[in-house]
This record gives sequence, C-alpha cells and structure tokens, in this order.
Amino acid sequence: MRAAVQSAMEKRLDEAKTRPAQTVNVDEVAEIVKSIVNSLEGDITAGEAKVYSELDALAKIIRNAKAEIAELRADEIRQRHLPVAQDELDAVVSATEAATNAIMAAAEKIEATAGAIGGEHGDGLTDAVTAIYEACTFQDITGQRIKKVVRTLRQIEEKVAGLLTALGAHGDDAAGDAAAAEPGKPGAGPTDAELLNGPQLPVNAMNQDDIDAILNGSD
Amino acid sequence: MAVDMNMPILIVDDYKTMLRIIRNLLKQLGFDNVDEATDGSAALQKLRQKDFALVISDWNMEPMTGIELLREVRADAKLKNLPFIMVTAESKTENVISAKAAGVSNYIVKPFNAATLKMKLSAVLGQF
Repeated sequence: MRAAVQSAMEKRLDEAKTRPAQTVNVDEVAEIVKSIVNSLEGDITAGEAKVYSELDALAKIIRNAKAEIAELRADEIRQRHLPVAQDELDAVVSATEAATNAIMAAAEKIEATAGAIGGEHGDGLTDAVTAIYEACTFQDITGQRIKKVVRTLRQIEEKVAGLLTALGAHGDDAAGDAAAAEPGKPGAGPTDAELLNGPQLPVNAMNQDDIDAILNGSD
Repeated sequence: MAVDMNMPILIVDDYKTMLRIIRNLLKQLGFDNVDEATDGSAALQKLRQKDFALVISDWNMEPMTGIELLREVRADAKLKNLPFIMVTAESKTENVISAKAAGVSNYIVKPFNAATLKMKLSAVLGQF
C-alpha cells in the first residue's frame, strides 16, 4: 500500500519538477505534502514520525507564505497600481514634450529677433538661444529614461503574474511572458535588441572623449 | 575643398523635439537644406528617392533602429559611401563598437552641445 502511495507521490513530484518554477501551483505542492502525510497515518516508526513532523512544518510554512502573499494583494498591484504608474509616467513624457516645444517656439522667435537686431547684442541673444536649444535635449533623455522605468514596471508586472500563477489565481499569460523574456543565444554578441540600453546614469555613462577613443581605435 | 553649405542633410529621430533642435542647430551653423524622418525605414525610403550628402541619425527608434538603418545604407551599392553620424543616448562601449563595426562615420552622445555637433560635422565633411 505504502509502496503504491510512494510511487504515485514520486510521479507527481517528478511532474512538478519538470515544469518552470513560476507555473508550479502552491496548492498543488500543499496537496502533495498532505498526501504524503496521510500515507504515514497508522503505526509509524520514529523515522517516519520525524518526516511527518518536518512535512507538517513545511505545510505550515506554505500556508503562512500563501496568506502573506495574499495580504500583498498582488492582483491589485498588477491590475491597478502598475497600470496607473505607467499612465502617470506617460503623462509626464507628454507634459514635458509640450513644455519643451513651447520653449523651443519662444526661442525660435528670439532667434529671429536676434537676427534682425544684429551686432553684439544680436550675437549675445543668438548664443543664449543656442544654450536653450542645447538644454532642451533634456526632453529626449528624460523621455528615454522614463521609457526604461516603464519597461521595468512591465517586468515587475510579469513577475507578479508569475506569483499569481503560483498561487493558483490569474496570471494566465505568465507562461507566454516568460517565454518572451528568454535571453539571446550566448556567444553571438549582443543582439540589436540587447543594444537598446537607453541613457546611462551619469556614474555609468561614457563621455564623448571615451566614445571618440573607441572610434579612433585608441581604446 | 570648401564644404557645400547647401548640401542636403537627412536627420532621423523619433522625437520631434530632437529633430527641431538638430535642425535649428544646423541652421545656426549655416546648413539650411535639411529634411527629416522619424525612423530608419522612413529614412531609407527618402535616401533611395533623393540624393543626400549626410545622414544624422538617432539609434533607438521603431520599427527600424539607427543601427539597422546604418547597415542598410552600407549594404546599398548607391548609398554605401554616404557619411553617417549617429547621435544617441546609447553610450555603452558595446554600442559604440557595434556602430563602428557597421561603418558609422562619427558618433555623438546625447546630451550634446552645438560645439560638439560642429566639431563632428567638420571631422566628417571637412572644416567649414
């Protein structure tokens, strides 16, 4: 009898082990543990009692973890908080773009006036306008930085979906997301997609001199 | 040989504001004959329709990126010698190495200033 139960349990455990980690259902793990515990009922040896005790502790850990994760309201994080955060960031990009275009339009009018004035004062105005144009490149950089944050939020969303799948709720698209996130084949160098890193934080970024050194072959 | 200040230049960027900034800076430097495209495929279409003397392109665009545009240009018998400057926030070593391998003429990292743009244009086109 026990041999049959053990064989059935081993088969189920082997099946669970072959699946990607995020798709193993916590309820299923708890059920397997419960089945093992049930198979140990009746006259049991000291060794079996120890196993029973450890399995019982494992079942408690799983129950507690499940309760704690449920308190996080992962479904709400995925369905409400993350999309709202992404919308807010998109709004920041739109607002800064509109503001930058307004600044640019004003600077272009000043530049036209500077040309009409001419002379030293005109040149001074043109230099100031050039500085405004240069400063307006911030909008491109901040826009790309925000896109990076949105991508990170999407990755968190996928992880939350995986967590929900493990809990046996929602996350039906998690397997597809995980497959899409598979890295490229090793040894082939970075793919074009992997080269899209976006702006680096100042502490990590190469400056123009570093880039010129690579281009000129002096790296 | 003097630089033709009326040379047709194609600037490529998915940020309209950046196109406007580069166009204005080029105008200040004396280059007025500027056309625009918002991604690599639109740029390639323009390059095959009209003769340009220089491309200034961003990297991170969809559907065709700047590096893909550069590879298409270098693989095209008619366009392969076209000067191509990458202006991008992609500043990792692997990016610069990939662009160099693809045949970029020069590389400007964003954010940049007018002096850097002028210096890189001079390096590619000659002093002006």
